[in-house]
Amino acid sequence: MGADSMKTYSGKSVYGGIAIGRIHVYKKNESLVRREKIDDPDAELERYERAKAEAVAQLKSLYDKALKEVGEVNAAIFEIHQMMLEDGDYNESVEHIVRTQQVNAEYAVASTGDNFAMMFAEMEDDYMRERAADVKDISERLLNVLCGSASGAVQTEEPVIIAADDLAPSETVQLDKDKILSFVTVHGSTNSHTAILARTMGIPALIGTDVSLDGIDGKLGIVDGMEGRFYVEPDEELLGQMRRKQQTELAQRELLSSLKGKENVTLDGRKVMLYANIGNVKDMSKVLHNDAGGIGLFRSEFLYLESDHFPTEEEQFQVYKTVAETMAGKRAIIRTLDIGADKKCDYFGLEAEENPALGYRGIRICLTQTDVFKTQLRALFRASVFGKLAIMYPMIISVEEIRRIHEIVAEVKAELTESKTPFGDPEQGIMIETPAAVMISGELAKEVDFFSIGTNDLTQYTLAIDRQNPRLDSFYDAHHPAVLRMIAMVVENAHREGTWVGICGELGADTELTEEFLRMGVDELSVSPNYILPVRRRIREINLEA
Amino acid sequence: MREFRYVITDNEGIHARPAGELVKLAKTFTSEVKAAKDGKEADCKKIFALMGLGAKKDQEVCFTITGEDEETACEALERFMRENL
Repeated sequence: MGADSMKTYSGKSVYGGIAIGRIHVYKKNESLVRREKIDDPDAELERYERAKAEAVAQLKSLYDKALKEVGEVNAAIFEIHQMMLEDGDYNESVEHIVRTQQVNAEYAVASTGDNFAMMFAEMEDDYMRERAADVKDISERLLNVLCGSASGAVQTEEPVIIAADDLAPSETVQLDKDKILSFVTVHGSTNSHTAILARTMGIPALIGTDVSLDGIDGKLGIVDGMEGRFYVEPDEELLGQMRRKQQTELAQRELLSSLKGKENVTLDGRKVMLYANIGNVKDMSKVLHNDAGGIGLFRSEFLYLESDHFPTEEEQFQVYKTVAETMAGKRAIIRTLDIGADKKCDYFGLEAEENPALGYRGIRICLTQTDVFKTQLRALFRASVFGKLAIMYPMIISVEEIRRIHEIVAEVKAELTESKTPFGDPEQGIMIETPAAVMISGELAKEVDFFSIGTNDLTQYTLAIDRQNPRLDSFYDAHHPAVLRMIAMVVENAHREGTWVGICGELGADTELTEEFLRMGVDELSVSPNYILPVRRRIREINLEA
Repeated sequence: MREFRYVITDNEGIHARPAGELVKLAKTFTSEVKAAKDGKEADCKKIFALMGLGAKKDQEVCFTITGEDEETACEALERFMRENL
């Protein structure tokens, strides 16, 4: 294994992390099905029914396994596979072939599977074409039961990198996790159940990899899930480099496993809500994986930035509903559109501004272009039926703004009631990110359920320092006493009105300040998903009575 | 017989998960439940047929429900479509 034999491939990473180990090329148990004449179709069909019952039972237990490991949304596929096995048309086809051709059940299942897979393969959209894999998967399962062979088991002593052409969802979930370092597939898409399962399971994985599986079985490989690279027979230099990268990552994982499921509680018993900040539905798995207690800041901008038109109510509703359902009862705070001249979309037609930080942005756009705002509010109120959503309004500077928001919300609710559309009753709060909001926080607190302090903007507006300008670095103090006193003031004013307070800016993740924040009485900290566990560790070391 | 039309708003159309849920719901009624699109018709109690319609966003699907419990079935199915698709 020398430098000259190293090969580098690229694929699309569906989950980060580094895996180093032997490559095991996974071959499907493609049982060669032979067409055999039979004498007694009834007996053959009885054999088929027994196999089907066994296959359904297997799917039930896979469903339970997946439910525990990856949650209801991802487990649903196994329920759908059960329905497919019990589908009237599928079974009629099998029966028809067995009876009319007087052939064995294996052959009937294989032909039926091929025909149904073909139907999907010929469909127009990508998603439906991929469902051909589901049909093949259930047919394979039936065949394995009929032939009495086990599938999916990987017979190796040491953990390996699984390389395969493609992996069916049932194959991924059956893999013995202790034996799997990673998987690399030639096909597959980010939409595939396998990719979603991989993300939720936290296994580094690459799909759509440009690798040839011939002759790589048993060779040493490295999967770099951060860069989307797959190395076969790496040289010593790369191996060393990757081992170091892996160690850093492993340290994070160890922290994770030792702190996962633990409470965010100080030594003297003060509990704190520790939530995650995210900017896309794609980050939901990180929220769950890092054991966040909720979402403290979900930036809704991506919906607008990734679109070439104003996102419709339905488009937004689907996203918010997914968030609410995935969080399954945990709070998810969604911040309404916070866009401005620095983060803009062409279709908004915003003019260039001399000073975008102090310009037409956030709530100012929403209160001017109320139709855009109402579309988002309608989607949010409707999606609230499906979980514990909360709504947060950015860039507030006055009580009048909140009153205006309440009026608009009342109109939205009236319209929804009028059209008999179900909607929930989400908590509503505001961002405290302007010195003005800090000064009048006592009055603002009377109007809302919660505050979330956006320390990045608050610091910038308080110190009059642009963080993007490196020449100002020597003047900048992230822990400036002015900012810290403002936070203390906000908490005091809010608590007097029974309003709870979180911090969702970068300072929230600054473990040098965690103790100070807790002493101030901050109720919630919302940080990037990868900071959840480090902050939890810090919280658990603090003794506020000491 | 009851009938209603629905235009799909979900980006992915009647994909696996909602199709599964729709089949589950349709099976709770004794009535016959059919969905039709562009001249193709599918039995809503059969998942392959339903997915085979390939109903996508912005396409109209026509549901016909015939049987004893058609009234309640129609109402429940219409609500399901509105909330999920």
